[in-house]
Amino acid sequence: MAVVTLTIDDKPVSARAGESVLDAAKEAGIEIPTLCHLPGVSEAAACRLCLVQVEGRGRLQAACVTAAAEGMVVRTQTDTLREYRRMILELLFTEGNHVCAVCVANGNCELQTLAAELGMDHVRYPYLNPARPVDVTHKQYAIDHNRCILCTRCVRTCDEIEGAHTWDVAGRGTSSHVIADMGQPWGESVTCTSCGKCVQSCPTGALFRQGSTVAEMTKDREKLGDLVTARREKKWSV
Amino acid sequence: MKRIVIDPVTRIEGHAKISLFVGDDGRIADARFHVVEFRGFERFCVGRPFGEMPSLTARVCGICPVSHLLCSAKTGDGILGVRPPVAAVKLRRAMNLGQILQSHALSFFHLSSPDLLLGFDSAPAKRNVFGVIQAHPDLARAGIRLRQFGQDVIEKLGGRKIHPAWAVPGGVREAPGEQTCQELLAGIPEARATVRTALAFIKQYLDTHAEEVEVFGNHPSLYMALVRPTDHGWEHHDGVLRITDHTGRVVADDIDPADYRQHIAEQVEHDSYLKSPYYKPLGYPAGAYRVGPLARLNVCTAIDTPLADAELVEFRQRAGGVANSAFLYHLARAVEMLACTEWLERHLTDPEIRSTRHRAEAGVNNLEAVGCSEAPRGTLFHHYTVDEHGLLTSVNMIIATGQNNLPMNRTIAQIAQHYIRDTKAIPEGFLNRVEHGIRCYDPCLSCSTHAHGQMPLHVQLVGAGGEVIAEAKR
Ligand code: SF4
Ligand code: SF4
Ligand code: FES
Repeated sequence: MAVVTLTIDDKPVSARAGESVLDAAKEAGIEIPTLCHLPGVSEAAACRLCLVQVEGRGRLQAACVTAAAEGMVVRTQTDTLREYRRMILELLFTEGNHVCAVCVANGNCELQTLAAELGMDHVRYPYLNPARPVDVTHKQYAIDHNRCILCTRCVRTCDEIEGAHTWDVAGRGTSSHVIADMGQPWGESVTCTSCGKCVQSCPTGALFRQGSTVAEMTKDREKLGDLVTARREKKWSV
Repeated sequence: MKRIVIDPVTRIEGHAKISLFVGDDGRIADARFHVVEFRGFERFCVGRPFGEMPSLTARVCGICPVSHLLCSAKTGDGILGVRPPVAAVKLRRAMNLGQILQSHALSFFHLSSPDLLLGFDSAPAKRNVFGVIQAHPDLARAGIRLRQFGQDVIEKLGGRKIHPAWAVPGGVREAPGEQTCQELLAGIPEARATVRTALAFIKQYLDTHAEEVEVFGNHPSLYMALVRPTDHGWEHHDGVLRITDHTGRVVADDIDPADYRQHIAEQVEHDSYLKSPYYKPLGYPAGAYRVGPLARLNVCTAIDTPLADAELVEFRQRAGGVANSAFLYHLARAVEMLACTEWLERHLTDPEIRSTRHRAEAGVNNLEAVGCSEAPRGTLFHHYTVDEHGLLTSVNMIIATGQNNLPMNRTIAQIAQHYIRDTKAIPEGFLNRVEHGIRCYDPCLSCSTHAHGQMPLHVQLVGAGGEVIAEAKR
């Protein structure tokens, strides 16, 4: 396998050809914040939180979809990046309705954790306070669109791991939202197998188990990646 | 008609003001207690899954979160159509006792004791909990520790982190371990000793202050509280409603809280955001009833713990049967604090609460449910309707303070009429007595502000044409 060498935050790093800067950095112990990235499924590059600076390239690059290349010089922690990441988080919070104190994911939410880690102590933009529905028609699970950040992890997980492709995104701009099948209530979806993988994949409290109360929704995201690895490496004989 | 306004009322939980209406003869004609804050809480819950309600309501009301938490969880039990496991019921009860204890301790030691210990006419600048600490350091410290004990009960039962949603539809999320129970049991002797000190103090105060008992809200009204279905004993979590009158006659009995609408109607007042419930058969305002410690002790047959029952007997003797004076709320709270320590001990040593079954699981089985429990300040109702998937379609809450609204008006009118003879020169201490009339009820302008203590008092004398005749600030 071809190997490339690059520099990330002044640290020499080697990576497999075609590997993303995000993965190469991770293997070298350098953490880049992400939200839409989920090990085990394809990248969507939807959240832009993983933005990095690459020398010689004018625009900021999303590390999850930028291939590591020979001689590349990457910066993951600069004032500009920190400012952009904070801005992105603030915009995510203004776009939905996030009331962490009463949220099922409180304490187990990737959005909340990142906001704390990246020092988002207040929001500078006006809140949009959109009117968004809660769909509790499914027997076991529910989706609260107020907390959805449109990362599409559920869409990709359902499509690529479960193979059901129940979820998709409808609408444009601020009216974008995830839909089940052709936009019917989740409980009426004919493709949903009720496997619950999307619930596990969701970084926020948008997808949750029915009846969960505050801070009760812990998610096991690693299971999804493990599932994919086990399948690829044929760890189970059927 | 002139009007005297006390705004805001200090040392109560929340923001409110008092208007005193001065008649043509220069005497107080009427009094009104208004709540000037509006939370619109019932509206914004609509559309949320009902399972969120315990935490939503607990978060919105910072004063008695546990009361709303428990009442909401009970309403959730009704939507699920389940009866929570016995361990869950007893744990919820234990937490409610902790809540009543800490709330009553706050009311007595922090909010009311400045008036009682330092005097109604003492210097306003010192007439607060800090003044009490200076003048009676031991009592003040004991009071603070007693409140802390009640809070410990809540925190330790609710898990290490204070969980806003410990009580959930169907039961509770976590049961405390043996060690937690032992730790709490260890705190009971000191708590009980403090309660006894408070009891002795209040009794002695009552012996020497007959005028206050006579004047602070001594008037007939109905009383309503939950009682045990079996023997109509003192109850704070489950049970049936009982209504008695000022002579002790049982007016209505064994009311299933789910049928509250048949017995209670709510009057909306033009000048206050507080709804005023009344007993329907007697109409408005004759159907005014009081809730809370005074009512609970008036309607119950017995408390069923030895120490508190002995105090209950004495309480009734002092009151001459039924306690109709709002001033006796202070004594009633102290008796209840004693009952709390005894009942807590009983629950915490009960092997049944160690059961690992503490949550019943179910889906939406009823589209409507009513939950009812006794908050420290009185009976609390939550009433939800949901769609077939469990999204709330309506929420109605009847809070203790609302139910005491009409009697509170009556109480302050009585106090003002008695003490304020000349509306041209009103000593500050008299206005403080009027405020204290409110404080007797320990109103929680539930779902209101969290402030208590050092608020400025603004008094206005307003003439018939709305002109300000005199103004005083402290
Ligand atoms: S999804 Fe996360 S950020 Fe949004 S309300 Fe819930 S805990 Fe807060
Ligand atoms: S529901 Fe969750 S996983 Fe799906 S797009 Fe929204 S936030 Fe992402
Ligand atoms: S993680 Fe790269 S864009 Fe979201």
